[in-house]
Amino acid sequence: MSLLKLDNLETYLGQYHILQGVSMSVEVGSITVLFGRNGAGKTTTLRSIMGFNPSTTGSVHYHNQKISGMPTHLISRKGIGYVPENQGIFSALTIEETLNLARAKSTGDAEEKMEWMLELFPDLKKFWRKKSGLLSGGQKQMLAIARAYINGDGLLLIDEPSKGLSPIMVEKLMESILKMKEKTTILLVEQNFLMASEIGNYFYIMDDGKIVHDGWMQDLKDDRETCQKYLGIA
Amino acid sequence: MEVFINLLVNGVSTGLLIFLLAAGLTLIFGLMSVLNFAHGGLFVWGAFSGAWIFKETNSFLLAIAGSIAIGMVLGWVLERFLIRPVYGNHVRQLLITLGGMLVLSESIKIFWGPNPIRVNLPAWLEGSYQFDGIIIIKYRVFVIVVGLLLYLALWLLLSRTQIGLMIRAGVLDKEMVQALGINVKGLFTFVFLLGAGLAALGGALLAPYSGVVFAEMGMQYAILAFIVVIIGGMGSLQGSALASLIVGVAGAFMAYYMPDLSLALNMLLLATVLLVKPTGLLGEKGSAV
Ligand SMILES: Nc1ncnc2c1ncn2[C@@H]1O[C@H](COP(=O)(O)OP(=O)(O)O)[C@@H](O)[C@H]1O
Ligand SMILES: [Mg+2]
Repeated sequence: MSLLKLDNLETYLGQYHILQGVSMSVEVGSITVLFGRNGAGKTTTLRSIMGFNPSTTGSVHYHNQKISGMPTHLISRKGIGYVPENQGIFSALTIEETLNLARAKSTGDAEEKMEWMLELFPDLKKFWRKKSGLLSGGQKQMLAIARAYINGDGLLLIDEPSKGLSPIMVEKLMESILKMKEKTTILLVEQNFLMASEIGNYFYIMDDGKIVHDGWMQDLKDDRETCQKYLGIA
Repeated sequence: MEVFINLLVNGVSTGLLIFLLAAGLTLIFGLMSVLNFAHGGLFVWGAFSGAWIFKETNSFLLAIAGSIAIGMVLGWVLERFLIRPVYGNHVRQLLITLGGMLVLSESIKIFWGPNPIRVNLPAWLEGSYQFDGIIIIKYRVFVIVVGLLLYLALWLLLSRTQIGLMIRAGVLDKEMVQALGINVKGLFTFVFLLGAGLAALGGALLAPYSGVVFAEMGMQYAILAFIVVIIGGMGSLQGSALASLIVGVAGAFMAYYMPDLSLALNMLLLATVLLVKPTGLLGEKGSAV
């Protein structure tokens, strides 16, 4: 069953026509990966879903309900958790305050989700009273993911979580994301093909504001030509 | 010694009055990047309506409550009809809130005439305290106590309540707060009304303090408040409190010892702080407390 459905989204940023008819679908319980080179429009796609950069045409449906056109805070309250590309850390707030904020308007059982996140990311518990701005890059990413998971219910949008992290950290993070798949559907934007192909079920590739390819992750690994053309992998 | 203590008391009480104006400004700017020049108009409306209610009813508490209410109603109108349409556009904000400021100041004259009006102290706040031969005016002490209590209340609101947490987060990253399901526009209206109420209260408290109110004082105090907000660090409540005290106290001493320079003083303070720390005294990028 399709949990999130994008239908022919066209989005402008200022005068620039960035998304030029993006259609995709995210199945319940999957990790769907959105690939594409820098500037392809991946971040804009997530921002259009969240209502930050609303599309001018096309629609987004979540649980078969139209969410495009709604203000961001109401889209969020439908149960969509969002991890932005720059992590969106509230640097002057502690971990405790950040996660309490995530709980304020959360959908679903916030207590249970909080408990599980602290179990999955013990560092968050360890530095509970520390200002988020002082955390390491990896810890910030964990905090951003935990915040989105606690706030949301059913769907997580994660924008390039591996960006700027060490390979070991990336591996740990991908393991955690894989575990989270047990409890939530995930739309993951990634450029790190090796990692994302390990945990993803389905993929889309974006180029110049359009979806140019999609299919099962398993098939992509064998598809030398596509890998070479769009993902820069020999 | 007596002069020193008196100047200090004057400076602190003036500083706290400026703070009431600056508190709203800094939070409004921090949360929505809105430069609200009309804020001084709310202050002058607070001063006149407070003075008027006091004259009519002879109740100072009623005057204060009434002026806060009037300030909030005007604040609501400002936010809804002037500021919302120009979110995110600094040039338009500047023009439209300056316009709002002029309309608010000029409309004072429609209701109360063009001349300054005199305001008396409430009987229970007349007179002075004496310590060791040092005479301190009662009303100034009253202003200091009220100012400090309000600072404490604001600090508690921001640091201990959920809405305060949302405001602090909103100052840091507005988009992310929305992504957590929080209605930032509603939050902003709340902050705006809070700021409007404080500005009007500041005006109402200033009226008996200075003994006379006039329509142009809104602009005078708005400029002081802007200087304070910048010195303290845009968006920082503590920074504004600290800067208000500095500007108030330094102003009181300068007016006494070097009256010729007292006007230049604030500009000098501003320039010095900006040279040494361009984000203001306590303005690390965006912490509201
Ligand atoms: N604010 C903006 N105004 C105009 N163009 C933008 C803006 N932000 C991004 N872009 C452009 O939009 C395109 C897509 O950007 P983005 O969605 O961030 O790509 P990706 O996340 O795939 O790297 C890029 O060409 C980028 O230069
Ligand atoms: Mg991106």
